[in-house]
Amino acid sequence: MGDQVVVLGAGMHPWGKWGKSFVEYGVVAARAALADAGLGVADVQYLAAGNTMRNGYPGYVSGSTFAQALGWRGIPVSSTYAACASGVVAIEAARARILAGKADVALVVGADTAPQGFFGPLPGDRPTDPDWLRFHVLGATNPTYFALYARRRMELYGATPKDFAAVKVKNSRHGLANPNARYRKEFTEDEIAESPVVADPLRLVDICATSDGAAAVVLASAEFAARQADTARQVRIAAVSTVTPTYPNTYLDMPDIATDSAIGATLPERSFRDSIAHAAYEEAGLGPSDLSCAEVYDLSTALELDWYENIGLCAPGEAESLLHSGATTLGGRVPVNPSGGLACFGEAIPAQAIAQVCELVTQVRGEAGERQVDGAKVGLSINQGLFGHGSSVIVTR
Amino acid sequence: MRPDPGKARLPVIEGMFREESDGSGRLLGGRCPTCSAVFFPKQWSFCANPTCDGSTLDDVELSTRGTLWSFTDNRYAPPPPYPARDPFEPYGVAAVELAEEQMIVLGQLASGTDIARLTVGAEMELIVEPLYDDGESVRTVWKWKPVQDG
Repeated sequence: MGDQVVVLGAGMHPWGKWGKSFVEYGVVAARAALADAGLGVADVQYLAAGNTMRNGYPGYVSGSTFAQALGWRGIPVSSTYAACASGVVAIEAARARILAGKADVALVVGADTAPQGFFGPLPGDRPTDPDWLRFHVLGATNPTYFALYARRRMELYGATPKDFAAVKVKNSRHGLANPNARYRKEFTEDEIAESPVVADPLRLVDICATSDGAAAVVLASAEFAARQADTARQVRIAAVSTVTPTYPNTYLDMPDIATDSAIGATLPERSFRDSIAHAAYEEAGLGPSDLSCAEVYDLSTALELDWYENIGLCAPGEAESLLHSGATTLGGRVPVNPSGGLACFGEAIPAQAIAQVCELVTQVRGEAGERQVDGAKVGLSINQGLFGHGSSVIVTR
Repeated sequence: MRPDPGKARLPVIEGMFREESDGSGRLLGGRCPTCSAVFFPKQWSFCANPTCDGSTLDDVELSTRGTLWSFTDNRYAPPPPYPARDPFEPYGVAAVELAEEQMIVLGQLASGTDIARLTVGAEMELIVEPLYDDGESVRTVWKWKPVQDG
C-alpha cells in the first residue's frame, strides 16, 4: 500500500444559486481544502481542474484559471472535461502525476455556475454533434433518458413510482444536516405525489436540479503524507476508475440516438455501469461487502436504484427490497448518499464527482456529525458522464 | 409555427432518413462491408468496431419495425435547438429495439399516441411526421408508432 495516494484535505463551497463567477466558488473550496490539509498555496506542485462548458473561455482552461486566481506560482496544470465525470478524471490526472513521482502535493478543483432548468447544448448548428442532434431532432433532454431508464426498471423488476419516491424521502432526510447541501427540506411521499410529472414516470422532485457549487481535494504522495505532523485524519485513495464503455455498448447512453449494433461482435462481460465499479474494486482489492457507505450519482431517484445493483450491493431487481429494508438509510448496513446526494445538492457538473469524494473523506474520518455513518472505514463514489465517461473512487481509512 | 400541409416536406437533417410516398420512413445508416456492424446515424466514414479496421461504410436502410424497449413523454419544452412550437405541445419518446440490427434506436412517438396504453415489448413501426415549419418548407422527422392489431 506504500504507493497509494493520500487525501490530505477536502473543501467545498456550499451548493446553491449564488449569482457569482465559478472562479469565486472554486477558490473558496480550494482554500478550504488547503486549510484542511494544513498546507498553503505555496505547497501545491500541480493543479488539476474540471472544466465548465457554460462560463466562457476561463471554463475551458479551468486549471490555469484557478492557478491564476490562487496566485501564479509557475506550477503545471491540467484542465479536464469529462462531463459529469470531470472531477474524478481531474483527480486521476493529479494522482497519476504523484504516482509518477512528478509531484508530492496536488490540488484538484471543480466549480460551476449553472443555468436554471434543462441543460442544453451550446448555441450553433452542429448536425455532426450527437448532443446537438438529440435535442434538435428528438427533443431528448437528460430527463428523457432518466425516464426511459426508470420505465425500464418498472418493466423489468416491477418498480413503482412509490419506490422512486422512497429514494427521495431517504435522501432528503440525509441532507437535512449537511451544511453544503442546497435543499435541506424533508419530503414526504404525499408531497412527491403532488409534484408535476416532467417525463413519465418521473416527477420534478425525482430529477436533480442544476446548481452552483465547488469542491476541492488536496492529494499527496504517501511519503509526503507520512512526514506531516498530524497523520490521524489522512485518508487513502484505494482506487480510481475512469473507464469507458466496451464495444458494443448496447445500452442507450446519453447523448446517443442509437446504441452500437451487436452484429458480428462479442458482447462485453459486463455492462458499462457495472464495469465502472468493477474496475475500482479490482484496483482496491475490495468488494461490495467491504463498503461502509457509498455516494452514487442520483441524477434521478430511479437511477439510484440502478446504481445499487451496478456497485454490487444487491442482485439485479433487488434494489427496491434493499431500499425498503433500510440498509441504504443512515443507520443501516451500507448507507447510500449520506450527503443527501444530488437530490439535496443539484448538479454542479465539474464539482459534483469531487464533492462525492469530499463526503466519503468526511465520513471515513468520522467527522460527518449528524449524518455520520457509524464506524465508516471504506467508501465508494460512482458516477457516469455523457459520452461514455465512468468514474468511481474508493477511499479507505 | 404549425407545419403548413401545402409546403414541400424536407427531412430535419438530410441523409438521416427518407420518407416513402405512403408516409412510412426508412432510417439511413452505415454498414461495414468487413464486419457487418451497423451504425446510426452514419456519423463517420469508417467502422468503429475495435476488432475491425474497415475504412468505409456502405449505405444501409434499417429495419422499419422493432419492439418497444422503453418510452416516456416530455411535458415541458426542451431548450433550443429543439424547434418547440408555441404553445408547446408535449410529445412522447420511444426507444425501440431492432432485432436484425441488434441495436436500440430512439425516436419521438407518433403524434396522438397515448402512452398510458403502451407496454414495453409492443411492436412499433417507423413513420414520418412534421416536426416544424422553417418558413419555406415543412421539416419532418422519423417517429415510432404502435403497430395496430389486425
